[in-house]
Amino acid sequence: MGEKRSTGFYVLTAIFIAFLVFLYGPVITIGILSFQGPTGGLTFPMQGTSLHWFQELFRTQMVGDIWGSFQRSIILGLTVMVITVVFSVGAGMAYRKKFFGSTPLFYLIIASLVIPSILVSLGVGLIFSQLGWEVHWSTSGLGAQLTWTLPFGILIMFAVFNGFDKAYEEAGRDLGAGPIQVFRLIVLPIIAPSLIGVALFGFTLSYDEFARTLLTSGSRNTLPLEIFGMTTNVTTPVIYALGTLTTLFSLLIIVFFLTFFVLSQRRRDKKGSDAGKGLV
Amino acid sequence: MAVLQKNISSILLASPVILVLSAFIIVPIILITAVSFWGSTEFSIYPAFLFDNYEFLLTSDVTYRVFFRTLYFAVLVWAITLVLGFTVAYYLAFFIHSLTWQIICFLLCTIPFWTSNIIRMISWIPFLGRNGLANQSLIEMGIVDEPVEWLLYSEFSVCLAFVHLYTLFMVVPIFNTMMRIDKSLIEAARDAGASSTQILVNVIIPLCKPGIMIGSIFVVALVMGDFITVRFMSGSQIANMGRLISNDISLLQYPSACATAVVLLATVVIMISIMLRFVDIRKEL
Repeated sequence: MGEKRSTGFYVLTAIFIAFLVFLYGPVITIGILSFQGPTGGLTFPMQGTSLHWFQELFRTQMVGDIWGSFQRSIILGLTVMVITVVFSVGAGMAYRKKFFGSTPLFYLIIASLVIPSILVSLGVGLIFSQLGWEVHWSTSGLGAQLTWTLPFGILIMFAVFNGFDKAYEEAGRDLGAGPIQVFRLIVLPIIAPSLIGVALFGFTLSYDEFARTLLTSGSRNTLPLEIFGMTTNVTTPVIYALGTLTTLFSLLIIVFFLTFFVLSQRRRDKKGSDAGKGLV
Repeated sequence: MAVLQKNISSILLASPVILVLSAFIIVPIILITAVSFWGSTEFSIYPAFLFDNYEFLLTSDVTYRVFFRTLYFAVLVWAITLVLGFTVAYYLAFFIHSLTWQIICFLLCTIPFWTSNIIRMISWIPFLGRNGLANQSLIEMGIVDEPVEWLLYSEFSVCLAFVHLYTLFMVVPIFNTMMRIDKSLIEAARDAGASSTQILVNVIIPLCKPGIMIGSIFVVALVMGDFITVRFMSGSQIANMGRLISNDISLLQYPSACATAVVLLATVVIMISIMLRFVDIRKEL
């Protein structure tokens, strides 16, 4: 199709570049504006450049409980990440065979993905209030977030196990490995890189989650809730500074996971085969 | 006995997921449905079996207007993200030949998915505002004399934000199905004399249907169930079903919020079930 670069190619390239500008332009704009001078406002022109608004973030009395909420978001994100990985692997393994109730459960997983987030928030909030429990980010918040991260994790695991060659396991079993050994020594090393992908989804989707956490986090906000609260009462570029920092943090996390992913895949490919090494 | 044992190991492996989704999806939905029949006073709610909430909801003009506004957003955003997402995926899959570049471009399209939606919404303000970049450039270029008011806090900005947030939900599944198209099919079509357009319409689009469906399910579900994008990008001036629910919640009118939630859920479930008829998700993964 692209052997001789047709007009179509150039038109589509232009569209693609425009799409990337559309995708990244606004975030880059607030990145620039967060360096606004102390007298500058929420829009251009820049009144000089400074780190004023970043410094402002570190004065606690100026703007809510940013660092507390950041800490909570990280702890919650890591918890969600670990649970998502473990539970998704379990479900992925379960679905390698058809089992009683597998079809209804599959639809439940899809439902969990498409159900409006505000309903989860409302419903979980109601359960806790009816039972007289206090909503807290580490209980109701955690559960509500899992309804969003688990379906992604499980669908990824489905894809992984769809393309999984059962011959490896059979070879292991033939050599006398028990089910746990087969899982630990054969299945786990093969699926390891994909688990890093599941972990990336688990952490970032939790870290950025808003609607499902809204009514389930209690009096202590997570970072996205804190940021949203700021949009109604903060009218200075300090909110851009915070946006820039948290976006940079997200990018750092993404780069970290992707690098880890590539490295573990290389490691797997290198160690995966001992062909040519011989036994003697 | 062996059959039972096989079942048990799978059910045990899946049990954590079953527990979480039962506690945080099934029970909440049952409770929402129950509470939608409850009564409420100004400061409390009490168990009952009343149709008041539904009666109030279904006899009010506002509900219908808001309901169709929600559908309108879903259809409009779906159409735009489909065309845009398909175009981008088509370019990535068929016009970029080096695998490295394909991966780089694909990652560029997906990275925003892992960053905050709230920040991505906020970042439109310096662009669209009264004194924003868009207005400044329009005035400089002499296209308008006064700042255009409808750029921010309008239907336009809501749609723009939706497209900005959700196009990648189209790009990823469509790209995924495109990459699985057997290239020899396309060669065969070309050998048989098909033009690029004919190949696109008669070969690629039909083979991409599963990806298009999965993307559509995401976009429709996300837009139908949204409340925060509409609230933020319309400056609270436009309502959709999600905002009706969140307004009732902030007034502590839980039974009324639940009735609206049941109507919204029923609508979303019907729409998604119809779409699921056209695709076998498990086969497409």
